Amino acid sequence: MYRYDEFDHQFVRERTIQFRNQTERRLSGALTEDEFRPLRLMNGLYLQLHAYMLRVAIPYGTLSGRQMRQLAYIAEKWDKGYGHFTTRQNIQYNWVKLEDAPDILDALAEVEMHAIQTSGNCIRNVTTDHWAGAAADEIADPRPVGELLRQWSSLHPEFSFLPRKFKIAVTGAPHDRAAVKVHDIGLRLHKNDAGEIGWEVIVGGGLGRTPMVGVTVRDFLPQHELIGYLEAIMRVYNLYGRRDNKYKARIKILVHEIGADKFKSEVEAEYARRPHPTTEVEERELARIAAYFAPPVFEKLPRWSASFEEAKLANPGFARWAKNNLGPHRVDGYAIVNISLKPEGGIPGDATGDQMRVMAELAERFGNDELRVSHAQNIVLPHVKRDDLLTVYQALDKADLAAANYGLAGDIIACPGLDYCALATARSIPVAQAISRKFADSQKQDEIGKLKINISGCINACGHHHVGHIGILGLDKKGEEFYQITLGGSSAESASIGTILGPGFAGHEVADAIETILDTYLKHREAGEEFLATYRRLGPKPFKEALYATA
Amino acid sequence: MTTTEKGQLVTANRLRDGIAVFLTRGGDWSEVIDEAVLALEPQAAAALEARARDDEKKTIVTGAYLVDAERLEGRVRAAHIRERMRALGPTVRLDLGKQSEGKGAGFAAPEGE
Repeated sequence: MYRYDEFDHQFVRERTIQFRNQTERRLSGALTEDEFRPLRLMNGLYLQLHAYMLRVAIPYGTLSGRQMRQLAYIAEKWDKGYGHFTTRQNIQYNWVKLEDAPDILDALAEVEMHAIQTSGNCIRNVTTDHWAGAAADEIADPRPVGELLRQWSSLHPEFSFLPRKFKIAVTGAPHDRAAVKVHDIGLRLHKNDAGEIGWEVIVGGGLGRTPMVGVTVRDFLPQHELIGYLEAIMRVYNLYGRRDNKYKARIKILVHEIGADKFKSEVEAEYARRPHPTTEVEERELARIAAYFAPPVFEKLPRWSASFEEAKLANPGFARWAKNNLGPHRVDGYAIVNISLKPEGGIPGDATGDQMRVMAELAERFGNDELRVSHAQNIVLPHVKRDDLLTVYQALDKADLAAANYGLAGDIIACPGLDYCALATARSIPVAQAISRKFADSQKQDEIGKLKINISGCINACGHHHVGHIGILGLDKKGEEFYQITLGGSSAESASIGTILGPGFAGHEVADAIETILDTYLKHREAGEEFLATYRRLGPKPFKEALYATA
Repeated sequence: MTTTEKGQLVTANRLRDGIAVFLTRGGDWSEVIDEAVLALEPQAAAALEARARDDEKKTIVTGAYLVDAERLEGRVRAAHIRERMRALGPTVRLDLGKQSEGKGAGFAAPEGE
């Protein structure tokens, strides 16, 4: 993992001191709310329905055990004992007091963390594949580039006041688990016939009120040109991106309005006249960073673990968890453990301080001291020996962390919605809970198979509903919550935006509607066909007919 | 016979901790929506809002605004679900927020389900 150098430490420390001073001036009345709001937002502090909310950056979703323990400590000391892991691989605390916020930032700085660029019209926390460095299909670990981008973009003076917020996602694997096609910039690694690696640069994807899949502007950008090229993109956006209308200010609108070809030629022209054509500094820094991400020393183990196989035979609960929650590791004898934060009827992404500590300890004892936060609001232990899986499972089970639904109907993405969020138009969490309970039967979930149900409580789409195989959007209809259902979205390499199926539903009708949709799928699917494939083969018609037949 | 008063109240977030609060007849801010003063006509509402702006300047509260509400048998019900939620706490964590501290409103946030 990356460790702060003296410069990083000083940078975060100075920022914390600055914010303490700003907070004191706000509390004393020296700063008005209008003056203070942008300052607190630059430090991740929002004002929500019930209290302040602090959004803490987890760069590229990577945490050490010590950092996770500190997150647990903050949850217990300054919040109400829990935190909420978000769809941007961050964590949010829902009950923060303004007067405590500087102390919390100090506590974060102690473990090399902060809340910078988790809000505002800047380059936000860079996200990556949560299986980075461990996945069997990976070409290279994308996190060194993630860290390079963090350092480059942190408080970058030219890119601190963009037309709108800006999100970058990076994947080093052909199977896209980082949703790179629906980010402002998505980077996807490729290897050519000569064995060289290069980045596909995708621009102009995004969700929100105008969902779009990004367009590729470079197929194979050499790694050392990355920063220079991204700077060219940012300059074109900074110059031409609209500032007159907040809803048309994202780069996706610019790319769409002037067209991909024109946008691309503007970027290439900007890139050609870049002021610093040499990339020596970036290369040196990337090499320095990459050393921190050197793979752990893996033991030489057989692919087949006798103890693991025996444990599965003896323990059906463990067997089911192992079938659903393990990912293929690139090293024999190891597995990727996906900890579902989606217990039956639970709140997606919430974890208590105790649960955080259990996960931290498991990472320290069995997982090379590494944890990841996934954009699906789960936690990953990327490197666990197969021989240790039963012990890990038993510890997770004791802490109510062993839901065996990773990637299934119960593994629902949901934003905080109207239960917490000041922007929300409807609640998300109760809908997620109702669906989770509806499919509590594990056999039914296994029968349905791979499925992504994503729920947002407003058009801003923090719950990624547009790219859910089944997407649910909560809206306000004359003071009442109602929910639109979309089908056929995907954030994977064959990304697509879901299509609205028909008229919306009241909150209490949604879980039944989802059941009808899934029953229709089970009736029509071909052998081995996943939900998304069936939908893509058949289109919305049979689902519409089943859902609105009686209407 | 019970009477229903319809009007507007002022709500805000307390500056130092962000807790949702409601302006009372005495000019204080209460965490309990039932203690809110209800303005029954526009002039009274404007007066309440002006008082809230003063308290914003005094750094007591922030983000004050008017909300449609009604009083039934001494309990206050905000018209919009969002405001009923603020007067209670999250509906998915009944153990948290005002509802868990005996300061919750008398009307459930979601109704008609």
